[in-house]
Amino acid sequence: MDGTLAVFNRALVSYRRLWQASVFSSFILPVLFVLSIGIGVGGYISDVGGVSYLDWIVPGVLASTAFQMAVGESTFPVLGDFKWVRGFHAMRATPVRIADMISGYQLYIVFRVLIASVVFLGVSALFGAIHSPWVVLTPFVCALLGVAVSAPTSAFAATIENDSYFALLFRFLVIPSTLFAGVFFPVSQLPELLRPLAYASPLWHAVELCRAATLGVAPPWPVAAHVAYLLAWAGLGYLLALRAFRRRLSD
Amino acid sequence: MIYARGLVKRFGDFTAVDGIDLEVAPGEAFGFLGPNGAGKSSTMRMIGCVSTPTAGELRILGMDPVREGPAIRARLGVCPQTDNLDPDLTVFENLTTYARYFGIPRAEGRRRATELLEFVQLTEKSGSTVDPLSGGMKRRLSIARAMINEPDLVLLDEPTTGLDPQARHLLWERLFRLKQRGVTLVLTTHYMDEAEQLCDRLVVMDAGKIVAEGSPRHLIETYSTREVVELRFGDDAPATYVEKLAGIGERLDPLPDRLLLYSADGDAAVNEVHRRGFTPSSVLVRRSTLEDVFLILTGRTLVD
Ligand SMILES: Nc1ncnc2c1ncn2[C@@H]1O[C@H](COP(=O)(O)OP(=O)(O)OP(=O)(O)O)[C@@H](O)[C@H]1O
Ligand SMILES: [Mg+2]
Repeated sequence: MDGTLAVFNRALVSYRRLWQASVFSSFILPVLFVLSIGIGVGGYISDVGGVSYLDWIVPGVLASTAFQMAVGESTFPVLGDFKWVRGFHAMRATPVRIADMISGYQLYIVFRVLIASVVFLGVSALFGAIHSPWVVLTPFVCALLGVAVSAPTSAFAATIENDSYFALLFRFLVIPSTLFAGVFFPVSQLPELLRPLAYASPLWHAVELCRAATLGVAPPWPVAAHVAYLLAWAGLGYLLALRAFRRRLSD
Repeated sequence: MIYARGLVKRFGDFTAVDGIDLEVAPGEAFGFLGPNGAGKSSTMRMIGCVSTPTAGELRILGMDPVREGPAIRARLGVCPQTDNLDPDLTVFENLTTYARYFGIPRAEGRRRATELLEFVQLTEKSGSTVDPLSGGMKRRLSIARAMINEPDLVLLDEPTTGLDPQARHLLWERLFRLKQRGVTLVLTTHYMDEAEQLCDRLVVMDAGKIVAEGSPRHLIETYSTREVVELRFGDDAPATYVEKLAGIGERLDPLPDRLLLYSADGDAAVNEVHRRGFTPSSVLVRRSTLEDVFLILTGRTLVD
């Protein structure tokens, strides 16, 4: 536990130095999204299933911000700590265990996601887009989503040698998920054949949970099923990360 | 502190460390001297418990590095061959974040960081990020970082490679002080003068094997002569003189640009060269060094 907190601490100290660099993508961009699409595009759309378009996409943008941040923070920073900075090699020479390296970093992802979610919810509330006290659960849904995608992405980053693979990750998984996993329009609009792909994405489950919570309605699947799916990604991702880090750090 | 018998490290079918025996006692300054690829870093990484031996026996601080890695690492200070400092953090933060890896409480970490920066003379740079520091400053910071847990055993992999002479001398002086405090030092180096300055005892490694072992003085006495004469003969190939000068001194080694003549009495040897009617374009009589020992042992110079 000490080791995990030490790794978390290092990520926090780095963040304190470099936070300005991510202010735009973490805090400003999501709000711009809601303004331009929610209000701008929403002006042309009467409503989605009885809910104003703005209210409808706020939870989607909330989850997708967490999604993109968690993936992004687990690509270059993790590969860099193996290849250029060699921060994991530095930890390796101390009593810190490999499990601590992963847990400590996941803790940092949770921290980042929680802050971004709370700020975004605050702004959304000003626009009157929050309709249920269940909203207090959404930061935790976002945190769970964060781990569910950050853990396997860290495993991937620990496996590759070359950062050009990240372009593939974004092109074939992250961007399609963001576009088609129910953030901007309901998955039911997709052709029947493609819907399972949206259901497979952890993002969709988090979007539906967040939407249910901000609108005060029931999600499409039982809450436990959505949560279990996200937990499975987090757990499996954690194991994959353990294996990948072990391989990379031992000879 | 360190005990190894028949230690082997293989990467695939390449053998980097080929069955070495070692013993390092508390308080000793021990060196690995050898050319590129000799297996020095591979050995250091096994001692640092970050690389698993392929075969052989290894005990560090009386413990088994495979089963008790974290407990051993808690008492080691490691300065790796390539710096792995956090470039975006300040000098001070590099030390305090690292202190936490050892479970050192915040306040104590800050206290030690302040003290260590004083020790390696980086106090003025405390608030600067690491990125713009010179190579020598980064090296000093790495060494300070390795001391943060007040280790019993410090491993330094090429602590001064790539530094200018001034930076190197400052580092030597700091390392010498550590040694005086009774810290056990294990270091690798390409530099003969470094080994002579810092090490009580050293091994010469070549191609994964230990080819000689002893104190610097003992190695020089055993494998070399007290003095060495360097002779240059204008444009003539030094090798052509080997036969002509045979019998002078104990040994003649032709290098591409000069001829080394090993002799207990360099001046007498030079007189003999002149008496035989040869006039070298330049003559240098110097004390024998570990460099000569290495050349005699392996037939190669250390410089690439
Ligand atoms: N992880 C690895 N995988 C494969 N080969 C390796 C690995 N690490 C080292 N080697 C090889 O083992 C040999 C010994 O390497 P090592 O780094 O121990 O040498 P060294 O004495 O430290 O050399 P240098 O003075 O250049 O640092 C080299 O030929 C190197 O290529
Ligand atoms: Mg080396």
